[in-house]
Amino acid sequence: MGLLTNLRDSISRAASTLFSEEDPKRIGIYGPPNAGKTTLANRIARDWTGDAVGPESHVPHETRRARRKENVEIERDGKKVTIDIVDTPGVTTKVDYTEFLEHDMEKDDAVRRSREATEGVAEAMHWLREDVDGVIYVLDSATDPFTQVNTMLIGIIESQDLPVLILANKIDLEESSVQRIRNAYPQHETIPLSALEGDNMDEVYDKIAEYFG
Amino acid sequence: MAEIKGPDDGVQIDLISGERMDGLASMEKIRIILDGVRDGNIVILEEGLSPDEESRLIEVTMTEISPDEFNGIEIETYPKSETADQSILDRIMGKESTKKLTVIGPANQIETLHKDETLISALVSRK
Ligand SMILES: Nc1nc2c(ncn2[C@@H]2O[C@H](COP(=O)(O)OP(=O)(O)O)[C@@H](O)[C@H]2O)c(=O)[nH]1
Ligand SMILES: [Mg+2]
Repeated sequence: MGLLTNLRDSISRAASTLFSEEDPKRIGIYGPPNAGKTTLANRIARDWTGDAVGPESHVPHETRRARRKENVEIERDGKKVTIDIVDTPGVTTKVDYTEFLEHDMEKDDAVRRSREATEGVAEAMHWLREDVDGVIYVLDSATDPFTQVNTMLIGIIESQDLPVLILANKIDLEESSVQRIRNAYPQHETIPLSALEGDNMDEVYDKIAEYFG
Repeated sequence: MAEIKGPDDGVQIDLISGERMDGLASMEKIRIILDGVRDGNIVILEEGLSPDEESRLIEVTMTEISPDEFNGIEIETYPKSETADQSILDRIMGKESTKKLTVIGPANQIETLHKDETLISALVSRK
């Protein structure tokens, strides 16, 4: 069943590139909670459209709904690449509302927030199977990249034959190790950056144009 | 799975053979796993799930999480991924090599202590 769906999806993807050359590609920003997905989405949106996508936060699951910024035109070497950026909630297999209580929240708020978070993750998984044309996978290079969720997600993305770019974020931190990410996922190209400081964004945009243009 | 334990007796482990899972639809597999895990059992799959089934497992798990009752799952497989070296043709022809032992348990009862290419070590506590 999965194979048929895959085949159908690849055909419809191929058809859509054939028939509507100018349609923006929908690029999903995935990765674990707190990796800097929203910070990156906001930076891309601000650099090329002038406004942001959504709030960034050290509280996990700040982004509880997939947020979209449409028609982001990125210019590289005189060529224009148009993408829709989809900032997704961090994918996880568990959500415990009591963790939000540690961030000074009342129980009602924490429960509501965790419910929204679970809905958001379910939605993000659905998007990944049905609605994205490419993936930017963001990892916090100061933490261990070798987690089950990362391995599983990257496996899911590969099985959909989606182009994927791995971004090693937070290189401004002392504990950052880009090599650790390269070792964990040698089958993909890894680009270092600091979404917060704006370091190495030129290479990020070059690669976005190359992979998704 | 057959209900043979008393509530405080210990932790039930279900080892499910690849053969048993083979004949089932994706949603049936996911139901068996989540029903087991929600009963507090550790479910071990001889041959694991396909990436598509893993993605559905995450999605269904999310829809079933509810405060003070079910926090979700912990899932571990060996990190070695063979799909990367496979051609698209192999996958279309059904030569998908995703057979990897997979351990799934309730998030609030199982904690992974160590994991590498050849060893998964987990701590399981009673409910
Ligand atoms: N040091 C550092 N912090 C970052 C960077 N990018 C994001 N952050 C911080 O990491 C936290 C999580 O960021 P956010 O974008 O909300 O992560 P998300 O959950 O993946 O969307 C916030 O406190 C950000 O300010 C970075 O490049 N360097
Ligand atoms: Mg976010």
